[in-house]
Amino acid sequence: MTAPTPAPPMIRMAGVDKFFGPLHVLKEITLEVPKGQVVVVLGPSGSGKSTLCRTINRLEPVDKGTIEVDGQPLPAEGKELARLRADVGMVFQSFNLFAHKSIVDNVMLAPVKVRRTPAAQARKTAMELLERVGIANQAEKYPAQLSGGQQQRAAIARALAMRPKVMLFDEPTSALDPEMVQEVLDVMTTLAKEGMTMLVVTHEMGFARKAADRVLFMADGEIVEDSTPEAFFSAPKSNRAKDFLGKILTH
Amino acid sequence: MSVLSTYSDLFLRAFGTTIQLFLYSAVGSLVLGTLLAMLRVSPVPVFRVTGTAYVTLVRNTPLTLVFFFFAFAYPLLKIVRLDPFQGAVVALTLYTSAFICEVVRSGINTVPVGQAEASRALGLTFGQMLFSVVLPQAMRSVVPPLVSTLIALLKNTTIAAGFSVSDAGSISYVLSDEGANMLVGLSWVAFCFVLLVIPLTLVQRALEKRWSVAR
Ligand SMILES: Nc1ncnc2c1ncn2[C@@H]1O[C@H](COP(=O)(O)OP(=O)(O)O)[C@@H](O)[C@H]1O
Ligand SMILES: [Mg+2]
Repeated sequence: MTAPTPAPPMIRMAGVDKFFGPLHVLKEITLEVPKGQVVVVLGPSGSGKSTLCRTINRLEPVDKGTIEVDGQPLPAEGKELARLRADVGMVFQSFNLFAHKSIVDNVMLAPVKVRRTPAAQARKTAMELLERVGIANQAEKYPAQLSGGQQQRAAIARALAMRPKVMLFDEPTSALDPEMVQEVLDVMTTLAKEGMTMLVVTHEMGFARKAADRVLFMADGEIVEDSTPEAFFSAPKSNRAKDFLGKILTH
Repeated sequence: MSVLSTYSDLFLRAFGTTIQLFLYSAVGSLVLGTLLAMLRVSPVPVFRVTGTAYVTLVRNTPLTLVFFFFAFAYPLLKIVRLDPFQGAVVALTLYTSAFICEVVRSGINTVPVGQAEASRALGLTFGQMLFSVVLPQAMRSVVPPLVSTLIALLKNTTIAAGFSVSDAGSISYVLSDEGANMLVGLSWVAFCFVLLVIPLTLVQRALEKRWSVAR
């Protein structure tokens, strides 16, 4: 009789180093994100937040260390990696919707091409997702015809269409006009409440307080603090975190 | 007018051959040129080197030399026998595809990297990314230079006349042999070429219009 093995963490990084030429961008990163956890990553510009995010689906290969998603080590570039990426949703600062396809086609593309879902079924699912993020009435338009907030919600729907196990967000609201930030955060908050595992690079304190289980503070390629939102915002331990919070809270 | 009516059969046959040369070579070089462009942006170094070598070699070779090769050198290799028409299609295709490759590649370079990143993040393979996301956008941005390359191809077909193909380039030989009025005759040949270019220009306009709305 063997005891059931505990579920592996959704994301596991161990001793990860990443260089851009001489620049040491990620230093010995070790991190476990259990299933269902919502992690907010904070830190000054250039501290390696985007790079951290992008190593998890191997958009950036690392120089040292291991990364596992749902217990599976990241394979080398190829079919295997493509399969793993299909399970990891990613939302970019600049939306990156496919410019030549309508919104609904954007959402359908990967399910049809990667998952071989029949087009009719993929379209139905896509419309449900667009409904969920509140832009079903924009389905036939092209990305350039939508506002930034609508485009980002479409991008979230596109990622969700693959039924990912985990979602990565890299500053999803930083390119938006202020009045559109909330509509995107609302979608993300709902997703968090529904139990999605999420790693979110954002400076939106409201979201971090409301939706996050955990806050990571990065500086110079290191995770300097790892705590709950309450603990982090009320009593940051390091001087760098205090300094950083002072700067973003004053504007 | 009398030249055209006297030689209407000749004109019809010759331009028919020109159109065929053009269509086969255009399709061939669009396909081959796109494949070469894919090689040139491939993550595999061997593919990239192959693509670059092909373009460098073929683009810097005079077209007549490519024709000479297929007329006189290629038969010595004793692979597949090509008649003059087939040889001309192959020569034109190989030559034009190097130019198409460069046009398509420049189009690929106009597509923002975020488009490829989003594709990869969704689990698309390199081929799926190229065919579903990058190439469709690349083609849209290079319609005018693509059509210019095809117009150049149309005119280049006349070189085949020097290699036993009775295309529009051969009309002048017949006219001068038979002592027809060359001024009038050649003017008609030029006029017919203009007529052939018009559909290409119309296709270009239609595509540009359609794709400027759809995005
Ligand atoms: N592709 C790249 N090539 C070279 N340097 C890079 C590249 N991407 C990021 N960097 C550098 O790595 C550091 C970390 O970048 P990034 O992860 O984008 O930080 P953040 O998202 O926290 O602002 C920065 O100094 C940045 O200039
Ligand atoms: Mg960043």
